Amino acid sequence: MSTSVQPGQRADVQYLLRVGDACLVLSHRISEWIGHSPVLEEDLALGNIALDLLGQARALLTRAGQLNEEPLDEDQLAYLREERHYLNPVLMELPRGDFAFTQARNLVAACWLLPLWTRLQASSDAEVAAIAAKAVKEVRYHQQHAAEWVVRLGDGSEESTRRMTTALAALWPYVNELFASDAVDAAAEASGLGPAWSLLKPDWNAAMDEVLAEARLVRPKDTPHVYAGVRGVHSEHMGHMLATMQSLQRAYPGGVW
Amino acid sequence: MSINQTTGANEWPLWEVFVRNKAGLDHKHCGSLHAPDAKMALQMARDVYTRRQEGVSIWVVPSSAIVASDPGEKSMMFDPMEDKVYRHPTFYDLPASLDHM
Repeated sequence: MSTSVQPGQRADVQYLLRVGDACLVLSHRISEWIGHSPVLEEDLALGNIALDLLGQARALLTRAGQLNEEPLDEDQLAYLREERHYLNPVLMELPRGDFAFTQARNLVAACWLLPLWTRLQASSDAEVAAIAAKAVKEVRYHQQHAAEWVVRLGDGSEESTRRMTTALAALWPYVNELFASDAVDAAAEASGLGPAWSLLKPDWNAAMDEVLAEARLVRPKDTPHVYAGVRGVHSEHMGHMLATMQSLQRAYPGGVW
Repeated sequence: MSINQTTGANEWPLWEVFVRNKAGLDHKHCGSLHAPDAKMALQMARDVYTRRQEGVSIWVVPSSAIVASDPGEKSMMFDPMEDKVYRHPTFYDLPASLDHM
C-alpha cells in the first residue's frame, strides 16, 4: 500500500517535472500561510496564488505522467515519489519564512515563471502550449502582486526594509539554479519542448531590477554555488515538507474527496 | 511610497468595493476591505470579491469619502414620499423597444 513511484529517465518527462514540481512545491509553501496571513485580504490573495500554481502543477504532472514509459497520474507523481525524485529548484522548498521572505520569493519565482510560461506557449507539445497559455495570465498577476508588496516593504518602515533586505540576502544563493543548464535542459531546447532556462535570465534580470529599484533595495551579489534540486538533490527542508504534504495520501492510499 | 496609516497605529484604511459583472451596466456595491493604499485595495478587491468570475471591472473608493444620510433622519428624509403615488410612471405605456427602464 502507498507504494512509492519513480518516473523514468526520459529527458522530456524530467523537464516537465522540473517545472511542475517548482509550481507544486511553491504552491505548498504559499498554502502554509492560509489562516496565518497578516490580514484576511492577503490570506485570500495568497490562497488564490497557491491554487493557481497547484493548477499549473496538476496539468504539468498529468502531462509528464502520460509521457512517462510507465503511465503515472498526477496524484501518484505529486504524493507518492521519494524526495530525490522531486525535481524542483531548491528555492521553492525553502520554509515560508516571514511575510517579507514569502513575498520576495514569490517575486523571484513569478519573474522566472512568467518568461518560462511565455516561451512554453510555443512548445512543440500542443498540450504544454495550451497549459502555458492559461498559466501566463495567472503568473502575470502573481508577479504584480508580489512586486507591490516588495516595493511597499522595501521602501516602507525601518523594520520592513530590514526584513526585506534580509529576505533577499537569504534567497539570492538559490537563484542561480533557476538559470542553470544541463543535458535535460539542452534536450528540451533542441526538441522545442521548452526553453533552456539560461534564456530566461535577461527577462528575469530586467523585471527584478525594475522592482528592486522602485523598492530602493540593493540587489545582492551573485554567489557561485549552484544547487541541484532539479536533479533531486534537495535541502534538509524538503523531507519535512513532503512528510506533511504526503501524509494523507500515504495514510489513506487513493483517498479522494 | 509608504504604508498609509491614516486610521490608527496598526489599522489600514477601509475601502468600499464596487464590481460590475459581465452582463451588468452598473458597478454594484459588494462589500468593503482594508488596504494600505488604492493600488493594493484594487488588487485585494480582485482577490476577495471576484474569485468566482463575478466581475469584469472593479472600483474602490475610500470609505471616508462617502457621505451618508443620517439614519436618525430617515422619517424626515423618506417618509414624505410614501403617498405620492403620482410620481410613479405607472400611468404610461412604454414602447417595447425601450431598454433599461
